[in-house]
Amino acid sequence: MRTYIAKRLLIAGITLLGMSLLLFVLMRMAPGNITDIIFESAGYVDEADRRKLEAELGIDRPLIVQYGRWLGDFVRGELGKSYRYDLPAWEVIKPRLPITLELAVLALGFSVLLGVPFGVISAVRRGHPIDYVLRVVSLAGLSMPSFWLAMIVILLLVRSIGWIPSMTYVSPFDDLRANLAQFLLPALAVGYRSSALIMRITRSTMLEVLREDYIRTAWAKGQRGTQVVWRHALKNASLPVVTLIGIEFAFLIGGLIVTETVFNLPGVARYLVDAIQFRDYPIVQNLAMLIAIVVVFANLTVDLLYTWLDPRIKYGA
Amino acid sequence: MATIPSVDLALPDALPRAPSRAEAFWRFVRKNPLGAIGGLLVLVLLVAALFADAIATHNPVRTSSQVLAAPGADFWLGSDNLGRDLYSRVVHGARISLVVGLASTLLGAVVGGLVGLLSGYVGGKTDLIAQRVMDVMQALPILVLALVLAAALGPSLTNTVIAISVVIAPRAARVVRASVLAIREFVYVESARALGVSHARVAFRHILPNTFGPFIVLVTAQLGGAILAEAALSFLGLGVPEPYPSWGRMLSIAAAEYAQKAPWLVIYPGLAISLAVFGTNLLGDALRDTLDPRLRGS
Repeated sequence: MRTYIAKRLLIAGITLLGMSLLLFVLMRMAPGNITDIIFESAGYVDEADRRKLEAELGIDRPLIVQYGRWLGDFVRGELGKSYRYDLPAWEVIKPRLPITLELAVLALGFSVLLGVPFGVISAVRRGHPIDYVLRVVSLAGLSMPSFWLAMIVILLLVRSIGWIPSMTYVSPFDDLRANLAQFLLPALAVGYRSSALIMRITRSTMLEVLREDYIRTAWAKGQRGTQVVWRHALKNASLPVVTLIGIEFAFLIGGLIVTETVFNLPGVARYLVDAIQFRDYPIVQNLAMLIAIVVVFANLTVDLLYTWLDPRIKYGA
Repeated sequence: MATIPSVDLALPDALPRAPSRAEAFWRFVRKNPLGAIGGLLVLVLLVAALFADAIATHNPVRTSSQVLAAPGADFWLGSDNLGRDLYSRVVHGARISLVVGLASTLLGAVVGGLVGLLSGYVGGKTDLIAQRVMDVMQALPILVLALVLAAALGPSLTNTVIAISVVIAPRAARVVRASVLAIREFVYVESARALGVSHARVAFRHILPNTFGPFIVLVTAQLGGAILAEAALSFLGLGVPEPYPSWGRMLSIAAAEYAQKAPWLVIYPGLAISLAVFGTNLLGDALRDTLDPRLRGS
């Protein structure tokens, strides 16, 4: 087990190193460097000033030195400076983290609460009209852009009850109710989409498990249906579902990008879009790197959770 | 010498007739009613994309003085803030969605498929390196990677296709590699090698065609995702630029601003995206059930 974890950590490290290289190269491919962008707004360019700034930022050095410096800074937790806000990047990111985290947790909660029961019902009632309805509902969730769903929901609410989304963020510690009113809809819009994937995988693994002998035994000895389905079957069907929830986490961040934009929530995901639009490249590079770290470690955690959930699985033994 | 007694074999008088194409089609429809609906939606998308000029009632990019006109006889789905006919824009949008969706899916699937074939067939160090590269490309959420790529390359139609295909390639590589690993062990591959068939020929003639089923399933499954990715990128202003009438772009600028005054600007482009993706997803599921029976009903 210990060698397995070591091996996985090594692979995670290599993956992240590769990612850093990819991001570094991509950001250098982007048209114009940061001095062009800074001077663009000023209107005229003084070559000497520009050289000075380039030297100050270190972008006149060879690429390999620049890469090494960025990596070193990143590892030490120095995320550079946001050119747009003229602040250290971390100061801009920090207040945004809880917003994205709250949204992600709520959305993940919704997706599990909707996805797992629907998947179970759909599997148990396979071929019945309810199975078709649930499958169509879930496929519709996969097919709708979450930002459009969000827009439609806002439109409907404004039309029916005159509700207007708050334009400023309310912290849950100041006003929990207003905060939830603000987060519920975006979380539902993102969670619905993820629930569709969770429902599909729950349904297919439940169908497999329900065919097993021990389930027939449970039925044969006269156990109640709910007991058999929700306790015996779901327990064994939950393994792939857990994997998916880990993978979903990555999907969620993608969904949050557009949803935070539509609902005007100042989270990290929206900051990434802002940074790209304002060509604040050091921020894009660091935020993307942070997201990659989260994704890689989410996947690693899920894999390690396996052994705990299913003692039959032994790694590296 | 003993004679062998003749035995009456219960041979049928005629071999069962192979079902005609029409019969096969109807059987597919009866067995997969949802798949048939999906097929119909995809057909509508195709027709709209191919014959956009004939179906549209207006020039999709020409502005007029009738801004934000409600849906009616003149503008079937209303007009936008620049007085452009929304119906014609939605019809032409099908072309963008389909072109970007198909091009990026095919590009990603072909490049990824070749990488998968190579890494699965050659194995060893090549495989190891290819796998790690795929790990890297999958370490970012689809939209984040596509966003960063689109930002690095600059917004254009071609770059949108490239950005989305880069996201699809590692998935295709995984699928093809997995089936190549299984097929490689078959006896017929060994005999082909024993007969002196070259590695390239074994890989392309004997192994590649057998990965086709899962490959088709993957392509249809990714097509919907690619259309959605294009919509999201264009919505954020990093995908297909003006003047192309892209569904995602239609939702971004005007729609949010005029949503209350002209809700049709929000409703129809989004409905078009949803129906197109819904159709490809339904068709993809049905194709998967037909071509890959192991996954049936899942």
